[in-house]
Amino acid sequence: LAPWVPVVGLEIHAQISSNSKLFSGSQVQFAAPPNSLVSFFDASLPGTLPVLNRRCVEAAVMTGLALNCSINKKSLFDRKHYFYADLPAGYQITQQRVPIAVNGSLSYSLCIDNKMSQMVTKTVRIKQIQLEQDSGKSLHDDTRSQTLVDLNRAGVGLMEVVMEPDMCCGEEAAAAVRELQLILQTLGSSQAVMAEGQLRVDANVSVHHPGEPYGVRTEVKNINSIRFLAKAVDYEIQRQIEELESGGTILNETRAFDSKLGCTVPMRDKEGKQDYRFMPEPNLPPLILYDAKSLPANMNHQQVVNIDWIHERLPDLPSVKRAKLVEHYGILPEHSFTLLNEDGLTEFFENVVKETQMKPKKVIGWILKDLLGYLKQHSLTVKESPVSSLLLADLLNLLEKKEISSTAAKQVFAELWKGEGKTPLEIVKEKKLELMQDQKELEEICQAVIDGHENEVITMVL
Amino acid sequence: QKVTVEVLDHLEHLALVDFRDLEGVEWLQEAIEFADQLHEVNTDGMEPMDSVLEDRCLYLREDDVTEGNCTKELLQNAREKVEEYFVAPPGNIPLPKLEERETFLQG
Repeated sequence: LAPWVPVVGLEIHAQISSNSKLFSGSQVQFAAPPNSLVSFFDASLPGTLPVLNRRCVEAAVMTGLALNCSINKKSLFDRKHYFYADLPAGYQITQQRVPIAVNGSLSYSLCIDNKMSQMVTKTVRIKQIQLEQDSGKSLHDDTRSQTLVDLNRAGVGLMEVVMEPDMCCGEEAAAAVRELQLILQTLGSSQAVMAEGQLRVDANVSVHHPGEPYGVRTEVKNINSIRFLAKAVDYEIQRQIEELESGGTILNETRAFDSKLGCTVPMRDKEGKQDYRFMPEPNLPPLILYDAKSLPANMNHQQVVNIDWIHERLPDLPSVKRAKLVEHYGILPEHSFTLLNEDGLTEFFENVVKETQMKPKKVIGWILKDLLGYLKQHSLTVKESPVSSLLLADLLNLLEKKEISSTAAKQVFAELWKGEGKTPLEIVKEKKLELMQDQKELEEICQAVIDGHENEVITMVL
Repeated sequence: QKVTVEVLDHLEHLALVDFRDLEGVEWLQEAIEFADQLHEVNTDGMEPMDSVLEDRCLYLREDDVTEGNCTKELLQNAREKVEEYFVAPPGNIPLPKLEERETFLQG
């Protein structure tokens, strides 16, 4: 049987972290009374017009720069038409012809064979980033055969990040999205919390034989976590292979991931292929961005978005932070990945290193195995840790000064975990875990053991 | 070039308009012929103009919360509401296929 080459592309919608919406002044907030964060424009009442939020433009430029994109100094807005109860205008304002950023790339890392020590770097091309409106939320009430519509989310700014089909499996897709999530959170352009709908991922999946043209692709939606993304993609690849190997065909359809069953199912598409009838948004002129060279002399600076100014102020991206951690502390690259992967862990590690004489290369073991191990076991975040960085530093100092053995240190750590407010020194004294340093005392103990086991000693000597 | 029944049916589905009778279809036909006159102009090598606003400055608003909190006003026009939610049918009700609906286009 000829091998199959799976092809995976992603369309990611990230909600922009801003106070107000993309084209109106109503508030952006998760979980508020229904229809309380809705302006007349969001409800598409006649006579209202879109007014672009500067912060959303800056967020998109930051993200484009962080993903190595070319920023289009002139980008355009369009209308994408379709009917749905949570889209009151009957169209979404998006950037279909000329988006704000194009042709970027994202590098991410994977462990080979699940071994963290063997990491490989991969790259996925970013086709484009566009600004667009989010829709409202529909709550389906099947018992009363109706849909309840909440427009709080309608009009919230989104950045759609389109990743080219350079990925080949669920693991790659998940790793790419995880890295994007970290970048967005570092930039602050989106909080990218999937559970709150701030990051939504649709996967495009197809398979083909090497050397042959790409196969028909399906779109997979309703993926609610990074873990499910990997499962959904892998399931769909497998499903397509089995279908084709048994002589079937793949339909160009949209499928939903069912997390309970772990499979994809067709989304009943009663309406057939959509024709969005894209047209330029007549109420918005082109969006012009400037850089140091093209900056107009006497323009109100509040009306100017300067790409170079934003570039200069970009924070260290995750890849740079990792490299700095490895260089500064002498830890391994895979350690830096774990540090950045857990919210607050890097800070915790650095705080411990500051307060202890133990070398960072030894401290990291305690952080990644002992501390993280306990946190995971009890499903706690770093912020919720009952053991503070100071307490751990105290403990590691006792170990470093050889006042206790490493076995004893682990025992003390277990005690500290109970969060009873005792210091490491207090626990050591309480449980008599001090290492004996007195030569004479040690000799007396050894002699006593030898004296008490004469037969065993004779057997050993012989 | 006449507008075909397929295109008219497609338009009725997309825009939920109803061409209703021959006059409606002829009206559309005339509108297309009128717009087709644009093809008489040679536009080779020219950048299309898609907005008369292209020289205007796109105003950028500060990221302040200045609107919202008007649930009552928004809902007062709604025919049906449930606890401050708008009420809509369970899903899109697509136009029935050409063969299945009463339309002048069938003749």
